[in-house]
Amino acid sequence: MHLDFSPEDLAFQQEVRAFIAESYPAELRGKQDEGDELSKEDFLSWHKVLAKKGWVAPAWPVEYGGTGWTATQRYIWSEETARADCIRLMPFGLSMVGPVIYTFGTPEQKAKYLPRILSGEDWWCQGYSEPGSGSDLASLRTKAVRDGDHYVVNGQKTWTTMAQHADWGFFLVRTDPDAKQQEGISFLLIDMKTPGITVRPIITLGGEHEVNEVWLEDVRVPVENRVYEENKGWTCAKFLLAHERTGIAGVAASKRGVEKVKTIARAEMDGDKPLIANAFFKRKIAELEMDLTALEFTELRSLAGESAGKGPGPESSLLKIKGSEIQQRLTELTLEAVGHYGAPYFRGFGEGDNAHPIGPDYAHRAAPTYFNTRKTTIYGGSNEIQRNIIAKMVLGL
Amino acid sequence: MDFSYTETQVMLRDTLARFLADTYDFETRKKMLVRPEGRDPGIWKALATELGILGAPFAEEHGGLGGGALENMIMMEELGKVIAVEPYLQTVVIGGGAMKAAGGAMADAVIPEIIAGNAVIAFAYAEPQGRYDLANIRTSAKADGAGYVLSGHKAVVYAAPWATHLLVTARTGGSTRERSGVELFLIEANLPGIVRRDYPTVDGFQASEIYFENVAIPGDALIPGGIDLIELLVDEATMAVCGEAIGISRKLHEGTLDYIKQRKQFGQPIGKFQVLQHRMADIFIEVEQIASMALMGTLKLDLPAAERKAAVSLAKAKVSRSINFVGQNAIQTHGGIGITVELSIGHYFKRGTMIENQFGSADFHLGRFEDLTLAA
Repeated sequence: MHLDFSPEDLAFQQEVRAFIAESYPAELRGKQDEGDELSKEDFLSWHKVLAKKGWVAPAWPVEYGGTGWTATQRYIWSEETARADCIRLMPFGLSMVGPVIYTFGTPEQKAKYLPRILSGEDWWCQGYSEPGSGSDLASLRTKAVRDGDHYVVNGQKTWTTMAQHADWGFFLVRTDPDAKQQEGISFLLIDMKTPGITVRPIITLGGEHEVNEVWLEDVRVPVENRVYEENKGWTCAKFLLAHERTGIAGVAASKRGVEKVKTIARAEMDGDKPLIANAFFKRKIAELEMDLTALEFTELRSLAGESAGKGPGPESSLLKIKGSEIQQRLTELTLEAVGHYGAPYFRGFGEGDNAHPIGPDYAHRAAPTYFNTRKTTIYGGSNEIQRNIIAKMVLGL
Repeated sequence: MDFSYTETQVMLRDTLARFLADTYDFETRKKMLVRPEGRDPGIWKALATELGILGAPFAEEHGGLGGGALENMIMMEELGKVIAVEPYLQTVVIGGGAMKAAGGAMADAVIPEIIAGNAVIAFAYAEPQGRYDLANIRTSAKADGAGYVLSGHKAVVYAAPWATHLLVTARTGGSTRERSGVELFLIEANLPGIVRRDYPTVDGFQASEIYFENVAIPGDALIPGGIDLIELLVDEATMAVCGEAIGISRKLHEGTLDYIKQRKQFGQPIGKFQVLQHRMADIFIEVEQIASMALMGTLKLDLPAAERKAAVSLAKAKVSRSINFVGQNAIQTHGGIGITVELSIGHYFKRGTMIENQFGSADFHLGRFEDLTLAA
């Protein structure tokens, strides 16, 4: 057992670095530096570069378009993309519905959807939560009634991230109202342009439009769009949630986040010294690095288990809990670091003029990001639910 | 020892609470915030004229109700309960406090105008490099004939876009972090050479960056007292904000308690789950400690400076920590709906978050307490 990279790994690291330096979209980099809001095209610009290179879905099996990288290479990839501050790719196709389709889908479904997820042609969204079904997801009430070779879907979904851009959505719907909760659910792929679908924005505390309500009224969905067996959709749902949780740890991105906090703490003055020399603040950064390192090596151990043939299991709940808490802590330290300049609210500021926002650039979104990041311990199965999963599935309580 | 409010104090609280219940519900507040001026100026006027309570902490000889810091705390708690975006802290607590200290002709002229709702005072003390150190000041006031010339940049001045007067800290001498040479000035807000950039704040207020470009001010704008007076005023303001924190945290607690009784998952109200019951108990404990520390610090504002500062710092450090806990856990317990602008809970959370660092973070105040009391 050792931590060293092999010569091949080191060569791969160089290759990745060179590729990012050469290929990362310059316009996207500029917008990130300015702190501009990213459009659908911005998100897709990096996706398309990676798709062309064949590196957009490292975790997928090679036969469906994966890279065939070792766990170490995937680790290097996530480290390098975070180090270069590359944007995170939208997970809904690549990390969520893609794996469900290649695991449970028919050959026709695989042939139809997977290439378009890889290419970025289809933007996906997730129709899981409902107003009355959050933590208790299996109580969902959106119903699908069979009518010939179609399902007719009626109901309401919520917290549907980026649905305003979506071409397709994967939905959990109730196909058997009489069965036990988990046993009457099916997994449907729905074209978001189908008549009867209405997407309404939900504005969050930082002023963002990320999430939506999705209303479905007599939406006709071909039966061939169902993945896996009727009433067995919960199997897909659980599989997807476990996959979602591993990505959710966000170790590499949080490492990058720690570096950003350090940069801010070196720029901010505290008396005659930079804030990073303040014993209290320095200790907080050290504690954060401690927690992040513990998470990183827990994830590496988990990935080693995965590459030995085990899929992501209930232990991925651990990664989700610690990863989300660390993401929140980063935003909290950033807000603390920027002092008075956490208060000004600049969204939409300067519209119509070119006035630059007040205060240092790194302060502009500190408070809205802190508010927004409260979501990480809520989404993807709240951290309370993750602890229930550990208690039940790992500890047998 | 007596922790009960007087009849007058109870009446003050109830009068304000009733008025705010009628005028400041969540939907009405939302509409105020999107007005061009970011508030409804009629509310301030009504507090002055209809209710006649802007005089709460002022002496009767100036037309006030004869109260002090405790009355300010009571007012701020009620204003906090509706997340009011009124300039009470800036105008009455800080501006009024400065006028009481100034006395004489300035007090005689300005205090009645505050009580009448005509004067709005903003406190321009923070600077981009200064963090929470009140003596870390570069803005200069250079003697010029009988007056001074102000130059410099003040950061994040709450309520400045509405202000008729600015209370400004500036240096008549000494280097950037020296205590001596820091003075306090009350000036009119529209003097030539004052340049403002206005913006909303994340907690619903309006604020400005203020640039003083060789602003000529009269000699009698100076309020004697220097850094010691400024520290006293900021300690009083800090305790007023702790009073506001009582109101904010009580509403966070109340809203969350209501929510977990109503919200059903797994076939029962989520308040039936022990993990949420314990969290709710912890929120309750922190809210009670906020109330305790706000009262403690307020009651000790009259002590000699060293004891006063130590008490205020302990209070603010605890309030900062506790409101952080209360806010974060109120949101977590609500789940996704807590992060939207649709429920009021998120708006209380935002104001609570800004209170954490206002007039100094928990670390800043623990450090000040240590320096004052824990010498080796």
